[in-house]
Amino acid sequence: MKIEVKDMNLYYGDFHALKDINIGIEEKKITAFIGPSGCGKSTLLKSINRMNDLVENCRIKGDIFLDGENIYKDLDVNLLRKRVGMVFQKPNPFPMSIYDNVAYGPRTHGIKSKAMLDDIVEKSLRDAAIWEDTKDRLKKSALGMSGGQQQRLCIARALAVQPEVLLMDEPTSALDPISTTKIEDLAMELKKDYTIVMVTHNMQQALRISDNTAFFLLGEIVEYNDTEKLFSIPSDQRTEDYITGRFG
Amino acid sequence: MKEKIMKGVFLFAACASILAVGLICYFLLVNGIPGMAKIGVGKFLGGKIWRPNNDEFGILPMIVGSLYVTAGAIIFGVPIGILTSVFMAKYCPKTIYRPLKTAIELLSGIPSVVYGFFGLVVLVPFVRNVGRSLGLGGNGSSIFTASLLLGMMILPTIIGVTESAIRAVPAAYYEGALALGATHEGAVFKVVLPAAKSGVVAGVVLGIGRAIGETMAVIMVAGNQARLPNGIFRGIRTLTANIVLEMGYATDLHREALIATGVVLFVFILAINVSVSLLNRRGQNG
Repeated sequence: MKIEVKDMNLYYGDFHALKDINIGIEEKKITAFIGPSGCGKSTLLKSINRMNDLVENCRIKGDIFLDGENIYKDLDVNLLRKRVGMVFQKPNPFPMSIYDNVAYGPRTHGIKSKAMLDDIVEKSLRDAAIWEDTKDRLKKSALGMSGGQQQRLCIARALAVQPEVLLMDEPTSALDPISTTKIEDLAMELKKDYTIVMVTHNMQQALRISDNTAFFLLGEIVEYNDTEKLFSIPSDQRTEDYITGRFG
Repeated sequence: MKEKIMKGVFLFAACASILAVGLICYFLLVNGIPGMAKIGVGKFLGGKIWRPNNDEFGILPMIVGSLYVTAGAIIFGVPIGILTSVFMAKYCPKTIYRPLKTAIELLSGIPSVVYGFFGLVVLVPFVRNVGRSLGLGGNGSSIFTASLLLGMMILPTIIGVTESAIRAVPAAYYEGALALGATHEGAVFKVVLPAAKSGVVAGVVLGIGRAIGETMAVIMVAGNQARLPNGIFRGIRTLTANIVLEMGYATDLHREALIATGVVLFVFILAINVSVSLLNRRGQNG
């Protein structure tokens, strides 16, 4: 298991947002978190790279391990986030050039050599399948790109710091169907090298690309299984109700 | 019908400020240009000697004086102002934010004559001692003193505008930087602050405008000698001071020369504003 969450409970003030979470995430697979809005799937995702630290009154009990190391006790938070990259729901390229966006991470982690940065930028953009779209406009502002391109740029930016895990928080919910397909294809490609955890509202998407799926409801993991099994023979009535569209 | 009347009222209100600028422009040019022409533009702008009694009207010392004290104010005020606003927007614990904010608002409300008194009583003796102990002489009323005081006076302007510019940067930029493993400092100084660049520049320019236009406080601490200075511990007269000190008794060409001084001041302010809008436009395209 690449990531293991053990007996985790999370509270926002008095609100008990995640209840007794236990889940293991396999290396170099795509794991999908599905469930209705407000069920805690994004909250769990953001706990894996400690972005919840930014939320006031957020308390976490229990442990999360990355390769057996406790992320809240053994690891420096900035190094953790270097190893566990994140792609947000809304594409959030920085208001600077495409090149500088991708180079930001490596520069932050101390790489100064122009030649090395050039290599990293090209490789990251290639890996994110957006090199052809951007190679002639690297010095142009990233804000001039389309939403789908921006999201792939954000993936390239995340790849540039050479993470082991990629967290994707509904990465296609703000995109059109064609861009969505591109991001999905990209995720399938990337899982050869990276462990991917993806939150999605779209059950078809989970079914198309994920290896394992966890179904969340009201802060609990109702069912966690191989994606095909979960969608074909769900073992819990609530999962079946959700995937057949009876609520949510 | 009622809507039309209200629309007219709004239009009139909007025109009032344009009208004001237009009138000021007109008055200044009509009264200032002929004087400048009589003296000779080259002699007026480039002349090193200001002796109204001998009909010598060279305002180069005053132009240089205004530029010196403004540059000094930028050197003291801009770094402190920007760092303060970064602190207030991104580091400040809630418990001290309120008192800090109140103090800065108070700073902007203090009349400039009171700043002048502070300068006269505290800064002038202090600078006199520093100047003498460094062997640079001077009696304390100097470019250095005026720069310090102006640097203080432009702080609230810079801090106010810069802080709101930093706060207006989408949280997604900050979060995106953290998610790449950046530290709080790295995210704030490499992503958030550059994203607020145009607002920061606007704040700095407003501060420059305030510094170049400030009169009362500068008169009280700058010494007001109408000659080219030979060191930052020497006295200086600014464009604004030149007008205020002599307008009360000036007549004829002397009076016109002072109004022409006002034209020069106005052109400076205009140039600053235009360069900012140009900078901003380029920033958006890039």
